[in-house]
Amino acid sequence: MAEKELQVREKQEVQTDAEHTMPGAVFTPAVDIFESEVAITLLADMPGVPSDGVTIDLHNDELKVMGEVESQGSKNETPLVREYETGRFHRHFSLSDRIDQDKISASMKDGVLRLVLPKVEKAKPRRIEVKSD
Amino acid sequence: MAVVRWKPGFFGWHRDPFTEVDRLRREVDNLFGAHGRGIASTAGVFPALNLSEDEDNLYVRAELPGVVPEEIEITTKENNLIIKGERKIAAEGEKVSYHRREREAGSFRRIISLPTRVDAEKVTAVCKNGVLTVTLPRAAELKPRKIEVAST
Repeated sequence: MAEKELQVREKQEVQTDAEHTMPGAVFTPAVDIFESEVAITLLADMPGVPSDGVTIDLHNDELKVMGEVESQGSKNETPLVREYETGRFHRHFSLSDRIDQDKISASMKDGVLRLVLPKVEKAKPRRIEVKSD
Repeated sequence: MAVVRWKPGFFGWHRDPFTEVDRLRREVDNLFGAHGRGIASTAGVFPALNLSEDEDNLYVRAELPGVVPEEIEITTKENNLIIKGERKIAAEGEKVSYHRREREAGSFRRIISLPTRVDAEKVTAVCKNGVLTVTLPRAAELKPRKIEVAST
C-alpha cells in the first residue's frame, strides 16, 4: 500500500439545540465502529483525555461517550499560534438491544478509546436451515 | 444579512463605504474560520499546531491520538522545527465489518519556523494521552536578564 499523507481535519464542534451547562467547546471525536460475531467495538480519537476522564453511559439503548480533557499547558504561557482548540468530547449512538451490558470493557491508550460491547448470546449469528418439502 | 443604510452619493445612491469594508472583513474572517475565537487559519498541513511561550521556553503542541512515541521524529534545524511521523491503525482481523470508519492512518511531516532562537541541545518532547508537547528552551542569550544597578 502506498503511504498516505494525513490531511488536516478541523475538529468538529458538537451541534446541538440544547445549551451546554458547562462552559467551553465540545467536539465530536472521530470514530471507527466495527462488528465481529461476538462484539461491537468502538474506537474514538480523544486526544488529551486521561483514562479517568472518560465517561461511558449506556441507557435505553443509547450509548453516550464523553471525555474530559486536561488543559494543555500552564496559565503562564502566552499563546502565539492557535491552529486547534481544545475542549471536551461528546458523542452518542443508538444501539440495538443486543449488547451484554455487564461485559462492556473500555480502555484508553495514547488518546484513543477502545470500547468493546459484547453481544448477548442469542444475537450471535445462527445459521437458518431452509427446508425443502 | 444586515440591514444597510443607503446614502445619497455624488452619482446617486450608493452604500456607505465603511460599512462595505467592515462587511468584507467579516466575510474574509468567516472564510478563514476565525469566528472571533482567536483561531488562526491552519497551515493546511497535518498536524495542526498550537504554539505558546513563557519566559523560558517555547511550547509546540499537537494532537496525535493513536500515534506511538516511537513513530514520531522531531528535529531542529536552525530556526525550524520538523515534526515527522506516521499514524498506524492496526487491522482488526478479517472477520470484522465496519459500520463507520472515520479515523485515518498515514504519514505526516510538518515544518514550523520558530519565532525566536532556541537552545537545540535542550529541546525535549513528551507525548501524553495523544498530545505531543515539544518544549524548546530559548537560547541563553535571549533570556530576559535582570540587571542590578550598582551604587557607587
